[in-house]
Amino acid sequence: MSISKQPLLQIKDVCVDYVTDNGNARAVNHVSLDIHPGETVGLAGESGCGKSTLAFAISNLHNAPALISHGEILFEGRDILKMDDEQLRAFRWNETAMVFQSAMNSLNPVITIGDQLVDVVLAHKDVTPAEAYAKGEELLQVVGIHPSRMKSYPHQLSGGMRQRVVIAIALILRPKLIIMDEPTTALDVVVERDIMDELFQLKDKFGFAILFISHDLGLMGEIADRIGIMYAGKLVELGTADEILHKAQHPYTKGLVRSFPTIHGPKVRLEGIPGNPLNLLETPEGCYFQARCSLCDSECINNMPPLIQTQTEPSRLVACHKVQPTSVRVEMPA
Amino acid sequence: MSVQRQQDEPIIEKPSIYVEDLVIDFALDSAMFNKKYMRAVNEVSFILKAGEALAVVGESGSGKSTCARALCRLYEPTSGKIYMQDVDVNDKKNKLSQRQYAKEVQMIFQDPFGSLNTVHNIRHHLARPLKIHHPHMSGDELEQRVIELIERVGLSPAKQTADKYPHELSGGQRQRVAIARALAVGAKFILADEPISMLDVSIRLGILNLMADMKKDGIGFLYITHDIATARYFAERTAVMYVGHMVEWGNSDSVTQNPQHPYTQLLISAVPEAGIRKERKAMAKKADIPLWKPESKGCPFAERCLQVKPECSQAMPPVTQLAEDHFVRCYLYEN
Repeated sequence: MSISKQPLLQIKDVCVDYVTDNGNARAVNHVSLDIHPGETVGLAGESGCGKSTLAFAISNLHNAPALISHGEILFEGRDILKMDDEQLRAFRWNETAMVFQSAMNSLNPVITIGDQLVDVVLAHKDVTPAEAYAKGEELLQVVGIHPSRMKSYPHQLSGGMRQRVVIAIALILRPKLIIMDEPTTALDVVVERDIMDELFQLKDKFGFAILFISHDLGLMGEIADRIGIMYAGKLVELGTADEILHKAQHPYTKGLVRSFPTIHGPKVRLEGIPGNPLNLLETPEGCYFQARCSLCDSECINNMPPLIQTQTEPSRLVACHKVQPTSVRVEMPA
Repeated sequence: MSVQRQQDEPIIEKPSIYVEDLVIDFALDSAMFNKKYMRAVNEVSFILKAGEALAVVGESGSGKSTCARALCRLYEPTSGKIYMQDVDVNDKKNKLSQRQYAKEVQMIFQDPFGSLNTVHNIRHHLARPLKIHHPHMSGDELEQRVIELIERVGLSPAKQTADKYPHELSGGQRQRVAIARALAVGAKFILADEPISMLDVSIRLGILNLMADMKKDGIGFLYITHDIATARYFAERTAVMYVGHMVEWGNSDSVTQNPQHPYTQLLISAVPEAGIRKERKAMAKKADIPLWKPESKGCPFAERCLQVKPECSQAMPPVTQLAEDHFVRCYLYEN
């Protein structure tokens, strides 16, 4: 995968807070991440680690009590967080589309899927309804559904087909970036496989970039070019899929990788990660992973480890005091 | 089959549950005459042994949860029998009370957020089954037993946990309470219906390992899952279901490493494997999963199978034994 010079999306030091009566929960904590055109970036971590919150921030979809309190998000150089409503309307779906978790339920149950496809086109493009309808039929065909299904209601389709419709709606304006938030979690493994295969054929054809959010590291390892691991709102490790899965450095990543029994390979007792996920309202002084980490010492309790480059490749970043940098320490710009 | 079983199988000294040709139909409409039925489970037979786990793997709608519910006596079988230590559990003449049966067989559900009562603390959840099933227990003995149970499932400090309410616990901790509740009754068999699929990835293994340790105490598990990798990890034996039919079963390693039925092969090829971007060849034809009816015949996978034979649409293939503990129902292997 060759990475072109200009990133498509630059997330720069973004914080998202949820304002609650008991204090602010920082669900995304100073996260920086670039996505290049045509690249597939995975974001993994357990529930509550902020991966979906970050995805919502990219389209500036947050409403109170969520608040993007810090940082900027640049899409081809334009700051999404500074756009006014009109610019945002034009930006959303045209340039980034989103496939939500349990996307099957994000279709309107009382409108035909054809109308829902057409609606997207008419809202963004200056075309006649007939042209929009033809476009909708074309997209259904692209995702492997017969165009006669334009007149079907969502309940008349199976879960896998509804998921395909949602992907068709996401693709219909040819966005440059598609954010997929656990797109196949609710589906059976065989259907999931079919949809992922189709999606990557479409990616080869249209060349969009994907931000893929999931807790399934196995699936992510198959499809992503780079993977970022989040824990309690912080990006703790970033590297190529191979580096994350086979040469993980952060103790949390190592634990996460070891949490999945494999279908082939040796059958050994796996231990997962002891303890429970962090409560974001009671964050400790130092490293957020300290309570569950076997390597934790006084340095970890007192100081938050910075996300630093530990290898010669600039793409490889780890936030852990216990990982020795193999080259010069390069601080990430704050 | 039940009569010959003593000859076919070594005499089972450990307690076991034996399911024979279980069939469960559900009515599709409320018509009084000519009612239409769907067949959720068709001719399923298996043995659940104490101290062992049997995993039932399949897609949603394959009838795996229905099997577990029938085993729990939540559904009455349309035909077929369930024996617990040679006692027919649905025998009308000599009916086991639900209390007697529940003492032996307990269920753990998928959603630990829905299966605990939000207005009661953990002590109540564990003390109540103890009181019902061990009426002599009270006072200090009861409290001590509650604490033991909480410690047994790895929650600490036990005393404080007993005073907590479900909303104060995480999903993994709640599922541990649900397991403790099954233990409180003294269940010898636990039917676990997707017990880890709603939990965080990092704590799933903790629950699986806890259940694996309980096997050593002689508890038998029916582990229902769609994740065939955890089935191999946790269960000694695995059965693969498709549209209500058991298509392949046997030793977990044998079934997962050397799958023979075309559907099992499809299922295993679809499991994501990190770092391997598979060159995918088509494993099945595109066809909808059929709605099985009592009058349907043949193999349910025939419409999607690439190696389909003419006889596949005529009758369900007989059981073929492939190895000591590996069975398949497919005409490809009929000798």
